[in-house]
Amino acid sequence: MTVVGSIGILVIIAIILIVGIPLGGYLYRVFIGSRSFFEPVFDPTERVLYKLVGVNPSVQMDWKAYLRALMLVNFMMMIFVYFVFRLQGILPFNPDHIPGMSWDLAFNTAASFITNTNWQNYAGGHSMSYLGQMLAITYLQFTSAATGFVAAIAFVRGLIANKSDTIGNFWVDLIKIHTRVLLPFATIFALVLIGMGVPQTLLGAQVVHTLQGSTQTISRGPVASLEAIKQLGTNGGGFFNANSAHPFEDPTALTSVLEMVAMGVIPTALIATFGRFIANRRQATVLYVLLTAILIIGAFVVYANEAAGNPLVHQALGISGPNMEGKEWRFGPALSSAFVAMTTAFTTGAVSSMHDSLMPLSGLVPLLFMMFNVIFGGKGVGLLNILMFLMITVFLSGLMVGRTPEIFGKKIEAREIKLATTAMLVHPFIILVPTAIALITKAGTSAILNPGLHGFTEVLYAFTSAAANNGSAFAGLSANTVFYNVTLGIVMLLGRYISIIAMFAIAGSLAKKSVIPESVGTLRTDTFAFGSVFVAVFVIVGALTFFPALAIGPIGEQFQMLSHLSGH
Amino acid sequence: MINFWRSLRFTIVFAVLLGLVYPLVITGIGNVLFPSQAKGSMISFHGQVVGSKLIAQETNVPWLFHPRPSAVNYAGNGSGGSNLGPTNPALIAEIKKNLQTVEQQNPGTPVSRIPTEMVESSASGLDPDISIPDALIQLPRVARASGLGQAYLRALIARDTKGRILGIWGEPMVNVMQLNMTIVKQTGK
Repeated sequence: MTVVGSIGILVIIAIILIVGIPLGGYLYRVFIGSRSFFEPVFDPTERVLYKLVGVNPSVQMDWKAYLRALMLVNFMMMIFVYFVFRLQGILPFNPDHIPGMSWDLAFNTAASFITNTNWQNYAGGHSMSYLGQMLAITYLQFTSAATGFVAAIAFVRGLIANKSDTIGNFWVDLIKIHTRVLLPFATIFALVLIGMGVPQTLLGAQVVHTLQGSTQTISRGPVASLEAIKQLGTNGGGFFNANSAHPFEDPTALTSVLEMVAMGVIPTALIATFGRFIANRRQATVLYVLLTAILIIGAFVVYANEAAGNPLVHQALGISGPNMEGKEWRFGPALSSAFVAMTTAFTTGAVSSMHDSLMPLSGLVPLLFMMFNVIFGGKGVGLLNILMFLMITVFLSGLMVGRTPEIFGKKIEAREIKLATTAMLVHPFIILVPTAIALITKAGTSAILNPGLHGFTEVLYAFTSAAANNGSAFAGLSANTVFYNVTLGIVMLLGRYISIIAMFAIAGSLAKKSVIPESVGTLRTDTFAFGSVFVAVFVIVGALTFFPALAIGPIGEQFQMLSHLSGH
Repeated sequence: MINFWRSLRFTIVFAVLLGLVYPLVITGIGNVLFPSQAKGSMISFHGQVVGSKLIAQETNVPWLFHPRPSAVNYAGNGSGGSNLGPTNPALIAEIKKNLQTVEQQNPGTPVSRIPTEMVESSASGLDPDISIPDALIQLPRVARASGLGQAYLRALIARDTKGRILGIWGEPMVNVMQLNMTIVKQTGK
């Protein structure tokens, strides 16, 4: 670990907060319908889109109507991209003559991108046509981010409503997030990336005659337009197999910093948006302080372990230095480590280094962040998970001090707690059960690359990533098999929609309740004391349910490594 | 039923907007503003495209600098790392092989001076940059084989070295393609 590297990591996190917090105010104004400086552009554009889609923007929806529309359009888009993947071989924009996908791979990929997971069982550069990259991948990278985003906004509206049935208009929210946030931001970011070296072309792969007289085929394509929304939408599915480690996706240290900022700003901003909605900035401050602290600790655990290097390599070969296996030199250990922590905290899943080659305890950090799923979290769903854990914390604290649990002026009753608990328990269930199934079947274990406990971690990581809708991988696992395509696809869908449905049901029942004015008897949630209990709750829930699996995986591997060292 | 049609219309309208209009407009503007970068920063020499500045290519001849080891054999259409875990014996074997190659090609280099990035495979398999210690270890070999003096190459490395961005991000590095292009132009090989 160096001082320079450490400062570099802290400065990135500072930039994310400095940009994210004011952005939260902007997002708030978008969703309460304030006029923007660019209203003369936004308003007519939106009116055209409402007309094309057939939306009456003045209609208000209750939670059931909102959720039905959300589910239906998600299902429709998933079917649409499924057919793009199946048929890409005969469709246009395919200069490298890439064939269509098998049914299971197309299902997995469609499930992966509609759920904002971006798990990739196909190898980017050479098994996805340009049409697939644009019309399926880039497309869903916008809409899946937008879906998570509006779900969170709708929930917050339910939270603050006073004896109301409605939580907004799904179509209006979905269109506005595109026109006022994602599309303008992505356009600017894509052009910046091109200027810094990210390709954007429809020309096919370039065959070059190398300096020593052989040939090399260099894949390229419309990369920058995908890369921009891949990061901004916390998607993470890269154009190329190596993702953000590929020099065409992330050509310099500066682009890597920008990509980290891009994936961090909107999840971070949403906390401030939430604070504005509930008119309680202290609540937002408490969350910012605690979550940022956990993010920093995670980033530095990775950095410390990676910078120290692999002691087994030192012992066997006599060389010493940071662990550079599966890392790019332009990023070095510090930026690579920061990326590992952030891509799992913000549930993006892009990688700028190969997670499978991380030291055991470094690999523990991304796993834990995905198991918690609340360290800011992905676009919208991160805030939903935070609110779910806040409700559970209020309930537990209420039991401890003997008060009726209430949050933000709303009584939390049996129905809400049952739903929140369901949403909470689904996560470990869809990680641990499929992992166990994979480990007892030949179809599951034959895909493992690394021997021993590390091989177990590959499988655990895959299902954790799918359930958390993250998409990063211990990529040694050869998961493009019918078994993994189907199981991971189902886990991604359950991980996404069960919690959204449960949270919408909570929003619906909270919206109907009347707001109770705060009194001296109210348990305040905007204090650091309560915040610490909140952290304890999600850490304990995470630790208790996942500890046995983590002990067999990364923790066990760390002990194996140490015993191997002392054995000599 | 009305939601069904609305969903269908949204799916199609936004597929066209986000999946075609947006990337194609970016392609148009990008190619006007940054024509070289948009096509992949390709480098031409004597009218022939010889590589991309951003993509490492295989060089194992002694008169050129060599990039970091690649788990995909520098396949520009198939990026990736080794994905070998830290306790996998295959990882030690792979690094050992790379270490032997470095020692063989650059005789007289003490093992303890060889940096990890020089013998451990990159994440993309296409890492275009090497560290300064890596370049300096290769310098005597390149000087001997190319006929360009050590002093000249030392100055070349110094000229092409890029430091950390704002002094805090990244690592000091030098682009292999940039070094090798100068060598090829100087020696006429």
